[in-house]
Amino acid sequence: MSDKVYEEIQNTQLDEIFSKPYDPELAEKLYNPQKPMENRITDIGPPHYAQFFPPVIKKNYGKWVSHEIIQPGVIKYKSETGDVVYAVRVGCARLVTTDYIREVCEIADKYCDGYVRWTTRNNIEFHVTDEEKLRALLDDLKGRKFPNGSYKFPVGGTGASVTNIVHTQGWVHCHTPAIDASGVVKAVMDELFDYFGSHKLPAQVRIALACCLNMCGAVHCSDIAILGIHRKPPLVEDDRLQHVCEIPLVVAACPLGAIKPATVEIDGEKKKTVRVNKERCMFCGNCYTMCPAMPLADGEGDGIAILVGGKISNRISPPKFSKLVIPFIPNEPPRWPTTVKWIKKILETYAQHARKYERLGEWAERIGWERFFELCEIPFTEKSIDDYRLAYDTYRTSLHFKFTSHVEPM
Amino acid sequence: MADIKKHDTPMVDELKGGPWPSFVDDIYSYAEKHQKQACFDLMGQLELSYKHKETHWKHGGIVGVFGYGGGVIGRYSDQQDKFPAIWAFHTVRVNQPASKWYHSSALRKLCEMWDHRGSGMLNTHGSTGDLVLLGTVTEQLEPIFFDLTHQMNMDLGGSGSNLRTPSCCVGKARCEWSCIDTQALCYDLTMTYQDELHRPAFPYKFKFKISGCPNDCVAAIARADLSIIGTWIDDIRIDQEAVRAYVGGELKPNAGAHSDRDWGPFDIQKEVIDLCPTQCMHWDEKEKKLYINNKECNRCMHCINVMPEALRPGTDTGATILMGAKAPILDGAQLSTVIVPFMRLEPPYDNLKELIEKTWDFWMENGKNRERLGELIQRIGLNRFIVDVLGLKPIPQHVREPRSNPYVFWKEEEVEGGWDRDVAEFRKRHPA
Repeated sequence: MSDKVYEEIQNTQLDEIFSKPYDPELAEKLYNPQKPMENRITDIGPPHYAQFFPPVIKKNYGKWVSHEIIQPGVIKYKSETGDVVYAVRVGCARLVTTDYIREVCEIADKYCDGYVRWTTRNNIEFHVTDEEKLRALLDDLKGRKFPNGSYKFPVGGTGASVTNIVHTQGWVHCHTPAIDASGVVKAVMDELFDYFGSHKLPAQVRIALACCLNMCGAVHCSDIAILGIHRKPPLVEDDRLQHVCEIPLVVAACPLGAIKPATVEIDGEKKKTVRVNKERCMFCGNCYTMCPAMPLADGEGDGIAILVGGKISNRISPPKFSKLVIPFIPNEPPRWPTTVKWIKKILETYAQHARKYERLGEWAERIGWERFFELCEIPFTEKSIDDYRLAYDTYRTSLHFKFTSHVEPM
Repeated sequence: MADIKKHDTPMVDELKGGPWPSFVDDIYSYAEKHQKQACFDLMGQLELSYKHKETHWKHGGIVGVFGYGGGVIGRYSDQQDKFPAIWAFHTVRVNQPASKWYHSSALRKLCEMWDHRGSGMLNTHGSTGDLVLLGTVTEQLEPIFFDLTHQMNMDLGGSGSNLRTPSCCVGKARCEWSCIDTQALCYDLTMTYQDELHRPAFPYKFKFKISGCPNDCVAAIARADLSIIGTWIDDIRIDQEAVRAYVGGELKPNAGAHSDRDWGPFDIQKEVIDLCPTQCMHWDEKEKKLYINNKECNRCMHCINVMPEALRPGTDTGATILMGAKAPILDGAQLSTVIVPFMRLEPPYDNLKELIEKTWDFWMENGKNRERLGELIQRIGLNRFIVDVLGLKPIPQHVREPRSNPYVFWKEEEVEGGWDRDVAEFRKRHPA
């Protein structure tokens, strides 16, 4: 460890600015639209991280030697100094209100000297240094519920569990989605709730959701990926297109060269627009990203694709992409029962058959994807056979396959 | 406040039940308590989306704060008559502190500001890492920015063709495996490249992600144009006594990660030695001793994950630098590819910054509009990128396997005698 970094961390104190009350009128006094540079502070970057480290984290920075998950959701870390810290991990909806954050603050103040952190997968972590506080915190968390009974702070997401779903905005706040995000996640996690708070699986299962192919949620390397897809080519608004889009950029945006410039006559007026070769469209939506006059969204056309077997960690096998096993499930708000059913089926088939430590993708590769489809009772369709770039990499070019129920002797 | 309009949302209301935290219950509780029309309208519009199975947000809208080209995403409802409180509902990305630690005093102040100037709803956090404030109007953007910078010492994150907000794992703050100071590096890069973060000058987005070890908890290898993943170059540290404690069943394998199922007694041969991808380990039953041939280890960390009390990464640490990961749009998803197998990372990180700036210079010069670095590398060839652009020595670590086709683009200077030849001389030897 760099001594310089350690020293900097020890010397960083909580910024006093946070203890001054918020002044709701200050900005209007400082900001002058006529002179926009007046009083403007720019490029200060984020607050220094170390001011938010609890004392035990600060002191033991770089000195941790081992950890143990003492129960699902509670990890005990040991330091070479003899110090210990318990991290209590709780699920969070990601889409939250300031009142929820204030409740997080209240808990942090009561048990953790005000300190709290979020994980990459939208979980919240509270840290305490003794067992008595830990028990009190766990009891407290268990009792906090929303008015209709859902847990505000379910404890779990460690070890061989289904941890929180990483997801995107969906219909709550995005202009390109094919599906909702928060609603689907809620429906899936309600069904898999027991797996969040327990260690019953062969290994951790990472579920992620992206509401369109842009994949703000980077679901392409998840054990189970829920992906919003379109299935209808873009509409073309001829009367509007030239006013809102750069036609060369739209043409260039299509990865398959399916968009061509065109001119049409509307009410005797010539309008520049585009034409889409619909047979070629792969519904990626990149044209719509470039051009608002080419919407793809469609209640019947849009839905969910399920991809499985990806991973990030280098553990045992290298990181890998998730593979398309269910090409389409219709949108079924508010609870997406078909999607939930298939995810549970895949998860529980994996749980039943995989070996200890085996990730979902490693299991599917060991038994063969043909066996995966058979065991999960997922109908195999030609849509799982790649016909995009580098497709050949996925063709079977050996006799190493199994005679599953798919094989009908000819 | 008397003219608050509530909407019927029978479908959305079905998401209030069930055990997982309900965003609907949270938002409605907040809406009722604060009489916030934007929250009622957002739920109303979501109900309409559940009915139509289509989004009701318009495409884009360029808004921002003076002098920045990112950090705010414009958002407008296409149902402005029905839901006037969310007709403009912009997103503000606030650059999170590295690895997302907070103190309640900071969060409370931010909450007060957001109650006052926005919808009161937020995302903890966005996929890239920012704290995302969800929903405000254009007139509030400058006051929000002034509040953030003057009253909270906070700043905006990236969006558009900018450097996106860098993010990192919990690192040495709470993990014994971290081989680098992830937060320190993340903070340093964020501060060094404030201009790139706030003012778009790139062909497209560019992401930095920093993980402390090959477990890669921030998914750097899948998501970042520049993935920095901690690793070690010396030997795994072994505490033989602790290994014996695992073998003897005194310690729980994998730190207790499998505690709710009976997998039988721990079997070091089956669970560690046989699963090692390089078969570089050996358990001597007689000696009760674990041997690792570290030269052959590929640092997958399985053994360390299984026996955290007994095994630890080495002490000569640094990072592997990889480049080019991205989601599928357009040419398909890419994982990052190894560029520098081992780089020592100590402040001020000049070696890394030199590599970053060399890469950016080339990408900004040669990248097409909306071409990610990974796509550019594919277009020009990894070999050219490594050798001609970065001036690095090509080594087997750069590829999984050598190419299987013979179509080498030889350069003229590599071929004896060059390419200029006399066809008459050729025909003297070989009459047509």
